[in-house]
Amino acid sequence: MNLPTSIDATAELLKSTGYIAGRDLATVIYLALKLGRPLFLEGEAGVGKTEIAKVLAQSLGRKLIRLQCYEGLDVHSAVYEWNYAAQMIEIRLAEAEGQVDRERLSGSIFAEKFLIRRPLLQALDSEGGRAPVLLIDELDRTDEAFEAYLLEVLSDYQITIPEFGVIAAKTAPIVIITSNRTREVHDALKRRCLYHWVGYPDAVRELAIIKTRRPNAADALAREVVAFVQALRKGDIYKAPGVAETLDWVTALHELDCVSLDPQMVNDTLGVLLKYQDDIARMEGSGAKRILDQVKDEIRHMQKT
Amino acid sequence: MATPPLTFTGTTGKLAENIMHFARVLREAGLPIGSGAVLDAIDAAQSGVLRERLDFYWMLNAVFVKKREHLEIFEQAFHVFWKKPKMLEQLMQLMYVQIARKGDDEKKGAGYRRLAESMFDKGLQKNVPAQKMDVLEIDATFTASADEVLRAKDFEQMSVAEQAQARIAIAKLHMNRIEIKTRRFRSHASGRMVDMRRSMRQSLHGGGDGIRLAHKAPHFREPPLVVLCDISGSCSNYSRMFLHFLHALTTERARVSVFLFGTRLTNVTRDLNRRDVDDAIARVSGAVKDWNGGTRIGSTLREFNFKWARRVLGQQAHVLLMTDGLERDNTEVLGAEMQRLRRSARRIVWLNPLLRFDKFEARATGVRVIMPFVDEFRPVHSLNSLEDLAASLIGVPSKTKSSMSSVKMSLPNLN
Repeated sequence: MNLPTSIDATAELLKSTGYIAGRDLATVIYLALKLGRPLFLEGEAGVGKTEIAKVLAQSLGRKLIRLQCYEGLDVHSAVYEWNYAAQMIEIRLAEAEGQVDRERLSGSIFAEKFLIRRPLLQALDSEGGRAPVLLIDELDRTDEAFEAYLLEVLSDYQITIPEFGVIAAKTAPIVIITSNRTREVHDALKRRCLYHWVGYPDAVRELAIIKTRRPNAADALAREVVAFVQALRKGDIYKAPGVAETLDWVTALHELDCVSLDPQMVNDTLGVLLKYQDDIARMEGSGAKRILDQVKDEIRHMQKT
Repeated sequence: MATPPLTFTGTTGKLAENIMHFARVLREAGLPIGSGAVLDAIDAAQSGVLRERLDFYWMLNAVFVKKREHLEIFEQAFHVFWKKPKMLEQLMQLMYVQIARKGDDEKKGAGYRRLAESMFDKGLQKNVPAQKMDVLEIDATFTASADEVLRAKDFEQMSVAEQAQARIAIAKLHMNRIEIKTRRFRSHASGRMVDMRRSMRQSLHGGGDGIRLAHKAPHFREPPLVVLCDISGSCSNYSRMFLHFLHALTTERARVSVFLFGTRLTNVTRDLNRRDVDDAIARVSGAVKDWNGGTRIGSTLREFNFKWARRVLGQQAHVLLMTDGLERDNTEVLGAEMQRLRRSARRIVWLNPLLRFDKFEARATGVRVIMPFVDEFRPVHSLNSLEDLAASLIGVPSKTKSSMSSVKMSLPNLN
């Protein structure tokens, strides 16, 4: 599949694999593909940041290379590593042959066949001219030191290995970086990317997402769930539920054969939606009922008009 | 050893002398300029490639300015010194009048005070009536209220002596810093783990004749620091000093976030990042709208928890809370939010300036509510200088909460 040629085509492309993107997101993805720049996505957990990379890889028929970040991630697990065991055997062999030419030995030790490719280096490989999608997930989980490794990759799509030389990509990979914003990522890295804040979807889009992703769920239930979650997000809670939680909730309610929300059911399944005890305590009992009544009123009102 | 020939004679002699004097002025203002730099500047001035005033400016800039924070002082000094070199004395006189006139509305550039100090005789300084920072109604400063009063604030600029003091204070803190283990490694002769890559490379130096193992050990690093600083009326006497301290801290240490709160919360990390202290503090005072107003510790903490905690409290961040704990808002909110903060911060250090009174009693409900959630309580008995402030933060930090209980016992009426 070729790259989309317009914003509408981008939105269509995403929709074909079940991702309902807003106009803002479609625009920034189109630009990122068009300009060949990395896309930096920031947003709360569960709003579909990682999903974008998966969907792009799937719809464009590219390989997805994922680099999950964690604290202490270093060159050896992110970029490349030398195969020390094989190198040692090589040294022993050279010794046995009585070869002591240092230049030749170091040339043969640090050769491509001893290089173990990690995700970032793999991403520079484009098989048959089709560059892969590189997903650098939850970048905020690493420390600042790791960001420095990314700078060269992101601006020039190349990696310098001191003992070996420069490895450059023939075709630039599609790079998606996500962050939950548990810390600020350095400006130098952000500068090289297009930035987009992935927010919570509005009611119409969230309903469309549920219908695409959970086609089995009852229509009335989907409406109530969306209205309830939207009301919840407006309220005063510590961690608002993301789209992923909404989908989970729909699945849970569907599994419980629920066709319409009632206060008891909401209370029993709150753990699917809210993940902080403070928030759950606030909702339990009258809190959920109040929102539910309000939501049902709204839906009734909408159906009348 | 042959001494270099003195070449400044005739007209260049005058220039060389002026450059020397200019360097002395800068040195007085706190720039570390050695005689070598002065000679470099004279050599460059005599090289004959400088065509105009701007060339001269950038030449001196290149030779004398070695740090970003010195730029402002240099610029001010250059314009004052080289504009009308003959009228230097008159200018100095003029500046003296300006600085002595209190409440001059004219906006002074950053570093102005330090420059002015360096240009006059030290004796003159003593005659200048001591400028206090604008003292508000003394009666009101020790009381806490929840009313939101928006005030702008103009701080007195920092003096050379104060800057030196700040440096010393921070250096002392440096010796007592806590470092935490990271998951990174650095090469270490007696490390317990083998650094394969380095071993491999080293072995090649000897032509691969046997492999000597290189070792590595975990890397230790200071955790991120989040400072929550009270700037309400009851703490107003210290806000200037707090800010100077925080500026020194942000320049010295990586990963420091600073929030100021009174009735609202303001993130001033970016403003404080300006290298020049006066510039930074002018920006901070512009960004904050609630100087010397009331205190709403609970609701501002809540705002911090909701909006910022997840963003800045990662990587085992430590929290430094600078407040007197005089809460007039709902203490229930304060308790809940302190509890939440407790769960997301690895360590909370509370610096309380209220203890300056010998008769301090932790009677204020706010104080009692905060106390159970802090790891370390640092009372400040006298807070007149940055040194006092630093001294209050120095000392071997307790690893457990045990020191807390001793503090509790020493405070009457706590429970």
